[in-house]
Amino acid sequence: MRLSTTSPEQVEVYRFSWLAATLIPALAIFFQAFFPVRIPLLAWFDVPLMVTVFLGVTRRNPVTGLFTGCVIGLIQDSLTHHPLGVYGIAKTVVGFVSSSLGVKLDVENAVSRFLVTYGFYLLHQFLYFSVQRGLVGEAMGWAWGHELLAGLANAGAAVALFAALDRFKLRN
Amino acid sequence: MDNLITRHRELTVLAVVLIVQVLGLAVQVKSTNDPQHPLLLRYWAVSAITPFERVIVHSRDDVYDVWHNYLYLRGVRQENRDLKEQIKNLKLEGARLEEDANQGHRLQALFAFKEQSVLQPLAAQVIGSSGSEQSRSVFLDKGENDGIKKDMAVITADGVVGKVLTVYPRTAQVLLINDQSSGLGAMVERLRLQGVVRGSAAGETILDKIMPGEEVQAGDKVITTGGDGIFPKGLPVGYVVKVSQADIFLRVRIHPSANLNRLEEVLVVTKLHDEVPSGNEAAGAQRAADILAARLPGVPEKAPEKAPDKTPAKEPAKESATVHQAKAVSATKPVGSPASSAPQHAQQPPNAANKPETKPASAKPILPKPVTSSKPAVLKPVSSTGQVAQNVIAEPTTAKKIDAKPISTRLTNAKPTDVKPTDVKPTNVKPTNVKQISDGTQ
Repeated sequence: MRLSTTSPEQVEVYRFSWLAATLIPALAIFFQAFFPVRIPLLAWFDVPLMVTVFLGVTRRNPVTGLFTGCVIGLIQDSLTHHPLGVYGIAKTVVGFVSSSLGVKLDVENAVSRFLVTYGFYLLHQFLYFSVQRGLVGEAMGWAWGHELLAGLANAGAAVALFAALDRFKLRN
Repeated sequence: MDNLITRHRELTVLAVVLIVQVLGLAVQVKSTNDPQHPLLLRYWAVSAITPFERVIVHSRDDVYDVWHNYLYLRGVRQENRDLKEQIKNLKLEGARLEEDANQGHRLQALFAFKEQSVLQPLAAQVIGSSGSEQSRSVFLDKGENDGIKKDMAVITADGVVGKVLTVYPRTAQVLLINDQSSGLGAMVERLRLQGVVRGSAAGETILDKIMPGEEVQAGDKVITTGGDGIFPKGLPVGYVVKVSQADIFLRVRIHPSANLNRLEEVLVVTKLHDEVPSGNEAAGAQRAADILAARLPGVPEKAPEKAPDKTPAKEPAKESATVHQAKAVSATKPVGSPASSAPQHAQQPPNAANKPETKPASAKPILPKPVTSSKPAVLKPVSSTGQVAQNVIAEPTTAKKIDAKPISTRLTNAKPTDVKPTDVKPTNVKPTNVKQISDGTQ
């Protein structure tokens, strides 16, 4: 299992064509808005989060990562009835941390991707609820069992999704 | 300082972006952003995504229609026969409901009750959702241009769905009743206990604010109270599935009558109406016996043959059999009532003599075509003994839905001795135009 600390020189940095960099998040958000209402089980998955993590750990540029997370989060916020910025803040942090982590960790194999996504899912949910309760003041409940299971589901799905998205990577 | 910022450029950018968003949040929370005029970013995002959803949903429907209307016609003849049978039964039932309605008018006039009725329900299609478990809301394919406004109630033939939260020109966002920030005034019908329906973090629907010690049981029906001014009183919300003790109040978990996980078509209640029926209207009402008598020649002679073992098939007894059927419908409770969702349907005894109703045609209710501008539906309030009932009824020409207290005792001309509730099985009505009627004592 290659989940080791590496020097920045050892890790490869990838980039994406502007089309892929735009379309992948857009499709992720569309997927998230369109399918869960038809297949309720899909509401467990946060595809935009997976894309944020993927773009972050692949591009390994914290500033790009945080802006990617911010934009994706704000668009997601636009589709909810909550104030703009709740998803925005959570995904900004996830985008930043994943990019920073991508510099230090080699997250190219399935196991490391699973673990990283699982961790980021929990971090994202924690931030979301913190913002929602602390800043917005909404009484949101936290269901541990549900979140842990959803984290596993998201991590599993992320492994498959990352493998598919690997095709769009361009070597820097 | 500059050196510090330059050295930690990435962290600085992160801090700036976060601060901007926190400030943005603060501004939004403080200004309690008017959902009628959403923020520009929200407007852009919704406008960018919903057209694609609309195209996909409508294209899929077109393909589905072509397949089912022109190609896949297996079983249509049988279904047609069944539906004709169903229409016959509904005609009888319609006559009975006519009498109930008139009686309701009389009672309401007597007690000066205000009735709250649903006028002009607008059919809309669900095209998308927020995609977030923390924000249980859906988008409709109709918006401000179609007459939808904020805080309008959204229902299905089965029960309450939610309320309109934000309106865009061509779409509208509906907050579902199982969202955590939702708060729907509801009560346990049997005990008349009032509480608030909301969602939980795990996606359950909870009836909150019920004091411990109350004898709420699994299976109890939960209906709207009408106190919120959004939903008319008496709309089915769901039924109790589990009761447990929480901190201060009981934790009453309910199963929503409307299938919130698979919403496709909904009705937006574009107009609620309070009125006190005039006594004259009631005075001019026909009696049930008159209506039945008028309809009897049209009653097919097959009716006794359908259930020769249960109803007297002799010619002189035709009228009696018809009245029995009508009584049986009333005795067996809501006919295709939205309130008679899963648990109540399950309680209905199987009846082989009435095949038409055994067809699971109503598993997915067919909702009306949009009635954006058409005539306001005629109000047909229905009453029950002592209490004015809460009913959901359909166009008189198609079907009527009733969710009333037992009303068998109200059939003025019916003999209570020969009632055979199984003679006529309650039909699963496919309403084309649902109207909510309730007493709404205010």
